[in-house]
Amino acid sequence: MTDTISEEVTEEQRPLGVYTRPKGGNGWRDWITTVDHKKIGILYGAAALFFFIIGGIEALLIRLQLATPNGTVLGADMYNQVFTMHGVTMIFLAAMPLAAAFANYLIPLQIGARDVAFPRLNAMSFWVFLAGGIFINLSWLLGGAPDGGWFGYAPNTGVIFSPSVGMDFYAIGLQITGIASLVSAINLTVTVLNMRAPGMTLFKMPVLTWMLFVVQLLLVFAMPVIAVALFLLMFSRQFGANFFNTEMGADPLLWQHLFWIFGHPEVYILVLPSFGIISEVIPTFSRKPIFGYDFMVFSGIAIGFMGWGVWAHHMFVSGIGPLSVAAFSLSTMFIAVPTGVKILNWIATMWGGRVKFSSPMLFSVGVISMFTIGGLSGVTHALSPADTQQTDTYYIVAHFHYVIFGGIIFGLFAGLYFWWPKVFGHMLDEKMGKINFWVMLVGFNMTFGPMHVLGLQGMSRRIDTYSPGFGFEAWNMVATIGSFIIALSVLIFLINVVTSVKKARGKPPCGPDPWDARSLEWMTPNPTPEHNFDEIPTVESLDEFWHRKWGTDDEGQIVRVATAEEVCQKGTATGVHLPSPSYWPLIFAIGLPLLGLGLIFNLWLTLPGGILIVTALYAWIFEPVDDPDGPHGDHHEVNEEISEGASDV
Amino acid sequence: MDTSETTTDVEEEHEHHEHPSDGKYMQIALILAIITAAEVATYFVHIGDALIPTLMVMMVVKFWIVAAWFMHLRFDSKMFTRFFVSGIVLAISVYFIFLTVFEFWTEG
Amino acid sequence: MSEETTTGLSHNKLAMWVFLGSECLLFGALISTYLLYRNKFYDGPAPGDIFDIPFTSVSSFVLLMSSLTMVLALAAIQRGDIRNNRLWLLTTALLGAVFIGGQVYEFTTFIREGLGYTTSPFSSAFFTLTGFHGVHVSLGIVMLMSLLISSYRGKLTQKNSETVEIIGLYWHFVDVVWIIIFTVIYLVPNPTS
Repeated sequence: MTDTISEEVTEEQRPLGVYTRPKGGNGWRDWITTVDHKKIGILYGAAALFFFIIGGIEALLIRLQLATPNGTVLGADMYNQVFTMHGVTMIFLAAMPLAAAFANYLIPLQIGARDVAFPRLNAMSFWVFLAGGIFINLSWLLGGAPDGGWFGYAPNTGVIFSPSVGMDFYAIGLQITGIASLVSAINLTVTVLNMRAPGMTLFKMPVLTWMLFVVQLLLVFAMPVIAVALFLLMFSRQFGANFFNTEMGADPLLWQHLFWIFGHPEVYILVLPSFGIISEVIPTFSRKPIFGYDFMVFSGIAIGFMGWGVWAHHMFVSGIGPLSVAAFSLSTMFIAVPTGVKILNWIATMWGGRVKFSSPMLFSVGVISMFTIGGLSGVTHALSPADTQQTDTYYIVAHFHYVIFGGIIFGLFAGLYFWWPKVFGHMLDEKMGKINFWVMLVGFNMTFGPMHVLGLQGMSRRIDTYSPGFGFEAWNMVATIGSFIIALSVLIFLINVVTSVKKARGKPPCGPDPWDARSLEWMTPNPTPEHNFDEIPTVESLDEFWHRKWGTDDEGQIVRVATAEEVCQKGTATGVHLPSPSYWPLIFAIGLPLLGLGLIFNLWLTLPGGILIVTALYAWIFEPVDDPDGPHGDHHEVNEEISEGASDV
Repeated sequence: MDTSETTTDVEEEHEHHEHPSDGKYMQIALILAIITAAEVATYFVHIGDALIPTLMVMMVVKFWIVAAWFMHLRFDSKMFTRFFVSGIVLAISVYFIFLTVFEFWTEG
Repeated sequence: MSEETTTGLSHNKLAMWVFLGSECLLFGALISTYLLYRNKFYDGPAPGDIFDIPFTSVSSFVLLMSSLTMVLALAAIQRGDIRNNRLWLLTTALLGAVFIGGQVYEFTTFIREGLGYTTSPFSSAFFTLTGFHGVHVSLGIVMLMSLLISSYRGKLTQKNSETVEIIGLYWHFVDVVWIIIFTVIYLVPNPTS
């Protein structure tokens, strides 16, 4: 919205001259002012991996505490903080932004665009997300981290039961990252609808773009619900509002409903990007088109739609009444159907294909198998009588880690290995990638497999320790060892990154098409040039890139008609007009945590925060559209007026 | 309403078909005002069981008139309507179930 | 402005509509929370005791008419009539300010009569819902004033009438939300203590 005014400024009405836009370069200044969707994607990825490691360290602390009975690694209070922050970090600061990294980097490339619809808003989304993430983690230093669980059930998270400032950081911090998600979702929704290459109809979009598009729609509609829940919590804690004050007749289930109305779509917000990624990887390494493209797309839409009608299955034992339990039990069983369709289609894609188990493919097969286990245990607690036994035990923890780690983290790693050459121009080491996968798979199953047993034995979640003699000892020790094996696998990944970067230094980038891939993003050279496409391709079919490389001969045999080098663009176009970088997204983002700190500690702090935000917004609006000396075309669309030397990038 | 002579030079790129004239807008506002008056009248005149349905119908009509005419959904791309209606329908369904689970409708 | 987009629609306008779709869920949650708590007035005043329907009717009418002036402002700029555009933008902002003034008066009256923010679940839900709406209106007024300022700087012309249209969409949305609030919160018979 704020782009409105500036976008329509023309030569004779250039706004206030004081707001000149920064020039591009290659130093740190370029990174903090960038509006390039690829750089923002990389920033998202780096920040997400950083938070992934922090969340992982928290997980290791939990496992160390639980390794033996009467553990003394963490006290009870610290344990609450650590498990809360583990959940918050992994979901909001690692999995969601890592998916956002893929969305930012790949959506414009897969639909044949030069950038997203609102490049500056895109930068703002990233910086606001980072500000929110840092803000929440500041709580460790400023009086204690959130301690009420990632789900933050009020009234338990009210000032009476959670008197430290931790939950204030939770309520305000997630509000900040929520702004980032909502803005980014609107931006990418408009991008997908409005910026497709000629010929790219909705049903020629790659499955990944489709799934990410569904995710953006879910975010658009789900973020306001959590926003309201967080506001109610914040107002209750800061201003004494009575939303959760049961003494005055408030309903203790209000928070739970609002949270899970958001929370269940959130599960699909997390998992659909991973489904999309492996829907790209599996056809590539099976050398077959995806089986049942339409079913794949529609089941994704169906999952997104049905995800709105199952939220109360998180609340079967909270006393919502038998009728509600029955209804939500039923709707939950139904949602297994479209998910089953997807699993069937992935297997059918591999069926009869010439399957090559490169590391991205290994991780993808990992998703299919591990997610299926998580899905099946999920069906067992769709049945509410069974759930009554399982709820709040480690069985639930086992289930959702099979879904989130098995279904999402494996998929995101598949994506990292698959698109690494696209982003950085060199491959990750295949051998280490395979070791990475097998170590992770073993560690994962050792960690979370035993939790099924522990849960059925009656070990409850969220307890900071347990007494000896219940039969919990052995499996807990196995789980703890497993968690360190997972840590080892992540370490292998990081070493792989470092050694591959070193090995690639001074060498020319890898070829344009290392995997014999299928979709449009591979038509640009590796790494992707700043302007993406020299010339926006005209799309004729699904898997456009593959069809340009392969055709059929007279006997119907598939033969190569062109090499990848011939099909790929050279990335040599000059003078393509690109949006100029901007300082204001970052400055806007800095204002928000100041506002938050002000609300928690001292209202005077809101003043500099507010000033930064207002200044940034107005400066943003009155910022010149672009380098005033460049051509004044539209700055994010296919631009025909390529003029000599006008590139300011 | 000095609009008649200037409406012709609306640029081509603004062709949301024919936008209503200022006079038309004022007529619509008059209708809205009348409905509002009727709404307020229900506070003073008791109409028994029909009250809530009547109020709801009048509310929906007002909502629809503003959205269709003032927000131009009648004349604009169906895409806009789709997003707005999705939000409304989703909100109504989800929060209807939400209130049902709280037994809001039956507690009286 | 005639960007070549796939759908032929402008990015900005599409983004605004997506945003408004999102806002439906926000206000839906606030209204539902209020409905859940309208009976929970604890020791404080009940909604039926305290609402001043004639007064709120007037301010509701004012906000409704601001939608008319908003659409007239848009019609003016679309035909290049800058003078009337300014006039109607100013009128819209003033009507919005009258509405906000009414809300401030209503709030202070309620507080004087013993309905504070922390009096009961009902009071918290009421002030939060109407407060959120009030903040939306206030932001709308700021946007309208910004439009006026850029108009006086000569930067708001027929060519960028879309800016007025988009801010208008936001304004009308805030108005239709009030149409719902007025009926559901004020007019539907309210519990008394």
